[in-house]
Amino acid sequence: MLDNLLDFVPKIPIAEATKSTTRWLTDTFAFLFDPIKEYFGYFMEFVSEDLLMNIPPVIFILIVAILAFLITGKKFGLAAFSIVGLWLIYNQGHWEDLMNTVTLVILASLLSIIIGVPIGILMSKSKIANAIITPILDFMQTMPAFVYLIPAVAFFGIGMVPGVFASLIFATPPTVRFTNLGIRQVSKDLVEAADAFGSTGTQKLFKVELPMAGPTIMAGINQTVMLALSMVVIASMIGAPGLGKEVLSSLQRAQVGPGFVAGIGIVILAIIIDRFTQNLNKKKN
Amino acid sequence: MAVIEVKNLTKVFGKNTKQALRLLDKGLTKEAILKETGNSVGVNRATFSVKEGEIFVIMGLSGSGKSTLIRLINRLIEPTEGSILIDGEDLSKMDKKALRNVRRQKLSMVFQQFALFPHRTIQENAEYGLEIQGVPKEERQKKAKEALELVGLGGYLNQKPGQLSGGMQQRVGLARALANDPKILLMDEAFSALDPLIRKDMQDELLDLQSTMQKTILFISHDLDEALRLGDRIALMKDGVIVQIGTPEEILVNPANDYVEKFVEDVDRSKILTAQHIMKRPEAIYIEKHGPRVALERMRETGISSIFVIDNRRNLQGYITADDASNAIKNDISDLKKIIKTDIPKVEKDTALHDIFAIIHDSQVPVAVVENGKLLGIIVRGAVIAALSGDGEVNLENA
Repeated sequence: MLDNLLDFVPKIPIAEATKSTTRWLTDTFAFLFDPIKEYFGYFMEFVSEDLLMNIPPVIFILIVAILAFLITGKKFGLAAFSIVGLWLIYNQGHWEDLMNTVTLVILASLLSIIIGVPIGILMSKSKIANAIITPILDFMQTMPAFVYLIPAVAFFGIGMVPGVFASLIFATPPTVRFTNLGIRQVSKDLVEAADAFGSTGTQKLFKVELPMAGPTIMAGINQTVMLALSMVVIASMIGAPGLGKEVLSSLQRAQVGPGFVAGIGIVILAIIIDRFTQNLNKKKN
Repeated sequence: MAVIEVKNLTKVFGKNTKQALRLLDKGLTKEAILKETGNSVGVNRATFSVKEGEIFVIMGLSGSGKSTLIRLINRLIEPTEGSILIDGEDLSKMDKKALRNVRRQKLSMVFQQFALFPHRTIQENAEYGLEIQGVPKEERQKKAKEALELVGLGGYLNQKPGQLSGGMQQRVGLARALANDPKILLMDEAFSALDPLIRKDMQDELLDLQSTMQKTILFISHDLDEALRLGDRIALMKDGVIVQIGTPEEILVNPANDYVEKFVEDVDRSKILTAQHIMKRPEAIYIEKHGPRVALERMRETGISSIFVIDNRRNLQGYITADDASNAIKNDISDLKKIIKTDIPKVEKDTALHDIFAIIHDSQVPVAVVENGKLLGIIVRGAVIAALSGDGEVNLENA
């Protein structure tokens, strides 16, 4: 009797609806997805194989080390770590994987920032946008990352492009949230001052709000880059090349050694990227 | 001519402002309206005008609505009702673009917490107002530099605000406002965040600057001494209502109600009241036509032991004591010139009470109040004490 109470409606076909929606999206927007898949795929291949991989590893490592030296205010710590860490990855024969991963992380992060910052600004300016977008961000961040792989494959096939797409969904929210927060936190006094002198909305945004929110936005970007990197392993399940692919194949074959080596590679990359973005932030302060 | 003219300016915070306005019309108090509608009345029907070149101080305790009022003037807060005329143009009806132009060209604001842009240098801060107007770089740098030199910060152009002390930061705030060369300065408790000595310096400097600039200044303050020092006229606010508008003397001497009276009771009156407020109509005799007998007779009438002597143009000549007059009568001297004393204790009509104490203490006779050598009135000791006590008879008509 009590059981029946909950069974008053038959099972709602959410899964079926999602499936048909995705199929509809795939079919309807094929004109959009297909060129993205094709051209963006080419572009990514170009970046990783023709650009990054053509730089001799020694030069690449040196460039990173010099940048690290400059960006940390002429300290040797990060530069030394970069040299040793990157050399280790090279030594283990994962240089090409590293370049693929770097491409994926950088492009996914750049896209996240390009999309995320304006959305964050919109949220900070409009209560309605804030009310609508906040739950969407919650949804994007809490849905298990694997789930994004399914529509990503449906839309873009396998390879780097769906990897970037999945990373984008997973990694954009922090940039959006922190941009929103950063602008809202700008002191009311300064906003009033900008208004009192007759600034237009755009002038206020670019001359006062964004510079003041800069450190907070950078903290968000740091999070976004880290999340994009963490998506590398997951995206390898749909054929994204890179260090993650090595981790995945080691897992499938229960090879602890190679798995550890590839994992260390990701950790080294993560530390370098994290310190880079953090120091960019400090420098701004 | 009135540069700022505010009529019935009202701000009600909250949702149902119309109902609150109706209740205001019925004369309900701020508290009653808050209870009834949940709306908070910020400013209630403020009406005043500020003349060109005047420093108009709006003063009140915190929560009296003065900060809201100043923000209504440049529409940082949108008014619920009423009009704000700047040079005859109604700001409350302007679209965004016109409002922006007025803010850029006519109104500049100085903030209590300075509100300097921490990511910009001092020079760039001072340039801000010109920068957003699209003034070419060289010109705006020059003007910003001039403004900074005016406030004595010419040597700090490339520092960031965080490196400066509070007083210096507020000078930057002032320079930023002046760089635009606005007609009107809105100063929101501009000196309240500074410590007392610096505050006094800044007040003096503002007055110095004002004597050459002749801006129209609307100054918000919660400090009565500051209001009295700076203000040509003062408006006192309570619960969003302007309770009294007047010159510092008017407010001190004739408080409109108990609230104002309470407000001003602690003021050092000796620094505000001047000779002309406490002087009496002078008893005097004419040197040309009167003799010692008239002098003695007058003294007897008024009950004082000396009398001032003037010529027929009211120029003060000296005084005669009762002793000298009776001696003269005994010795049959009729010419006043022979017995007149010329070491007259005298003060100008705008001498502060504070500076009269010593003079009147050393003097055996009443103190003469003069203007260009002409006798205006006399001050007796009793009047000084009565004026200080606050219930003395004080003549504003003399002013």
